[in-house]
Amino acid sequence: MTDSTQIAVKAEGLHKRFVTSEGEVHAVNDVSFEVKAGDFVALHGPSGCGKSTLLLMTGALLSPDEGLLEIAGENPYALKAEGRAAFRGEHVGFVFQQFHLIPYLDVLDNVLIGELAGEKVSLEDRARELLDKFNIGHRLHHVPSKLSIGEQQRVALARALLREPELILADEPTGNLDPENSEIILQHLADFADDGGAVIMVTHDDRARAAAKTSMHLDGGRMQGGDQEKPGEQESA
Amino acid sequence: MKLSRLVTREIFHRKMNFFLTLAGVSLAVTCVLATLAAMRSYDLNSDKIIAKMEADTQAQMKKLEDDIRKTMKGLGFNIYIFPKDQDMSEVYDQGYASKTMPEEYATTLANSKIVTVNHLLPSLTQKLEWPEKKRTVILIGVRGEVPLAHRDPKSPLIDPVKKGELVIGYELHRSLEIKAGDEVTFKGKKFKVGKTHPERGTKDDITIWMNLTECQELLGKIGRINAIQALECNCATLDRLGEIRAELMQILPDTQITETGSTALARAESRNKAKETAKKQIAAAKANRVQMSKEREKFAGILLPIVLLFAMVWIAMLALMNVRERVTEIGVLRAIGVSAGIILSAFLSRAVLAGLLGAIAGVVDFALIYPFVKERFFQGVAMSEVVSGSEWIVALLAAPILAAVSAWLPSLMAAQKDPADVLRHD
Ligand SMILES: Nc1ncnc2c1ncn2[C@@H]1O[C@H](COP(=O)(O)OP(=O)(O)OP(=O)(O)O)[C@@H](O)[C@H]1O
Ligand SMILES: [Mg+2]
Repeated sequence: MTDSTQIAVKAEGLHKRFVTSEGEVHAVNDVSFEVKAGDFVALHGPSGCGKSTLLLMTGALLSPDEGLLEIAGENPYALKAEGRAAFRGEHVGFVFQQFHLIPYLDVLDNVLIGELAGEKVSLEDRARELLDKFNIGHRLHHVPSKLSIGEQQRVALARALLREPELILADEPTGNLDPENSEIILQHLADFADDGGAVIMVTHDDRARAAAKTSMHLDGGRMQGGDQEKPGEQESA
Repeated sequence: MKLSRLVTREIFHRKMNFFLTLAGVSLAVTCVLATLAAMRSYDLNSDKIIAKMEADTQAQMKKLEDDIRKTMKGLGFNIYIFPKDQDMSEVYDQGYASKTMPEEYATTLANSKIVTVNHLLPSLTQKLEWPEKKRTVILIGVRGEVPLAHRDPKSPLIDPVKKGELVIGYELHRSLEIKAGDEVTFKGKKFKVGKTHPERGTKDDITIWMNLTECQELLGKIGRINAIQALECNCATLDRLGEIRAELMQILPDTQITETGSTALARAESRNKAKETAKKQIAAAKANRVQMSKEREKFAGILLPIVLLFAMVWIAMLALMNVRERVTEIGVLRAIGVSAGIILSAFLSRAVLAGLLGAIAGVVDFALIYPFVKERFFQGVAMSEVVSGSEWIVALLAAPILAAVSAWLPSLMAAQKDPADVLRHD
C-alpha cells in the first residue's frame, strides 16, 4: 500500500452529461477533489445528484466528458478498454449495496474471482486470511444464499480487498444492512484507510457519514461547500 | 480460481438452461444421423435387392444354359451343308438343293480334324418320276457314313443302302404292294427291295433310297452330291451354329450351312428371352433406385438445413437467456478487471461443452435406439454400414463448433457489456 501522504485519487473539473428523451442531464458538473492514501471519505447528497455517476467515473468505469482523473498518479482513461479493466483490477476495489456476489460460487471462490483478472498467482492464502479476519472463515464453502446479509457484504468486501487495491469505492455499502452489520463493515473500511488505503463511500446514512473521516456533499451534480467538509454536517435528504 | 471452475459451477447452477442446450444439440445430432442412416439404408437395401436380382437371374440363366447344354449334348444337333451358290429358298420350297458339289467334300471334311461333327452323310436327292410305276418320288442316293479319319470307328448311324438294292418309303410300298425281297425296275434298272419303311407321316413315305454311286450314275451326276448331312454335332457354346460354321468355313469355303430345327434350339431361344426380360427388370430396378435415391437426397437437403437452423436458433436463444440472467455478474467481473476475452471464453466454452456433451448424448442415443428401430426404419441394415467411423467423429467435432458459432453473438454481447450500465443503478 501507498504511504499516507500520497494522493490516491485526483479529480479535476469532471463533467458527465447524459442525453435522455427528456433532454440533457448534467449528472456531474465540474467536480474536483483529491483523496489521499489513508482518507475515508463519505460522499453524500440527495437522490439523483450524481453520486453513483461520480463514483463510476472515479472507478475507471465511466469516462468523463471533460476533466481529468488520476488514480495512483495514472490516468486510466488514457488506456484502452482492456488496459483499463486490468488497471481497475490492480488499483480499485468495489463494494455495492446489493453485494453482487456470484450466486453459484462458494464464499472462497467469490473472493478468489479476482484471480481471473490478474496474473496467474494463487491468492488463496490471502483470501482465507481476509475471510478469517472478517469472521467468515468457517463458511468458506457455502454459497452466498446460505449466508446472512451481513456475511454476504463481508464476503464482497473481502473480494474488493483481495488484490490489495489503493482505493475502495463503495456505493451505499450499508444500505441493506442492520446497524450491527453496518458497524462491522464501516469498521473494516476504516481499518483499510488506517492501513493506508483510500475509501470513497456513497451513503445516505448519518452513522456511516460519522464513521468516515471526511465527507463530500454533492448537489445537482456540483460539489458543495468547498472540496471536502467535516462530517456530522446535515444534508437535505 | 480457474475459468473452467467458473464455467462448470455455473452449469451446475443453471442446469436447466444447460440441459436444454445439450438436449437441443443431441436431438439435432440424432436427427442428422437418422436422416443419413435412412438415406444410406434405403440405398444399400435397394442395392442389395438389385444384386440379389442379378445373382438370381444369373443363377437361373446358368441353370437354363446347363439344361440346354445337357439336352443338346444328348440330342446332338444336325446340320446340312449345301453348295455355296445354292438358293436356300429353293431348298425350303422343294426339300433339296438343285445345285451340286463334289462328293470329295465329304471326304475332305472327314479327313480334317473337325471335332464338332460326329457323323457325315453325303447324299444326292432329286424329285423325279418313277417311270415304271408312274409315280412322283423323291430319290435319295446315300452312301455309308464317311468315316472320320481322326476318330475311332463308331457304329454307323444310318445303314447304308447296298448296291443293287432300294429302300422304299411307306406310301410307295403300301400302294404298290411291294415287299422286302421283291424285285423292282427303276428307270430300266433292276433292283432288289432291301427294306421297306413303316409309316413316318413325312415325305419319307414317298422316298426311295438308293446307293449313292448307282444314284449318281442313274441321274448322270457322277461324283456329285447336293447335300452333306452332319449328324450329332456337339459344341461347347450355345452359339453352336456360329461355332460350327466358323470351323467348317475354313475347311470347305465353298459351302453354306443350316441347322435343322430342334427342341434344343427352341429352348435356347426361350432362355434368351428370359434373360432379356430379367435384364429389363434389373435395369428398371436400377433406374428406380437412382430416382428414389435422388428424391431422398432432395428431402434430406431440405430437412438437414432446417434441423441445423432450428438447433442453432435454439442454442442462440438459450445462450441469450443465459447472458441476460448473468448481466450483473458480467458487470461485476468487468468492474473488478476481468477482460472481455475471458468473459467471451466463459460463454463460448459453455456452449462448446454443451455441444460436445450434446453430441455424445446424440450419438449414444442413436446407437442405443438404432438396434430397436433398425428393422422398422432402416431396412435392417447394420449400423456400421449406415454411419462410418469417421462420421461419428465428425458429428462429435461438428456439434461443439456449431454450438460455439450459434452462441457467438450472445457471447460477444456479454463480453461487450458496459459494466457502468449494469452497476450505475446500485
Ligand atoms: N446512463 C445514464 N443515462 C441517462 N441518465 C443517467 C445515466 N446515468 C445516470 N443518469 C442520470 O444522472 C443523474 C445522476 O444519477 P446518479 O445515479 O449518479 O444519481 P445518485 O446520486 O447515485 O442517485 P441515488 O442516490 O438515487 O443513487 C440522474 O438524474 C440519473 O437519472
Ligand atoms: Mg446512486
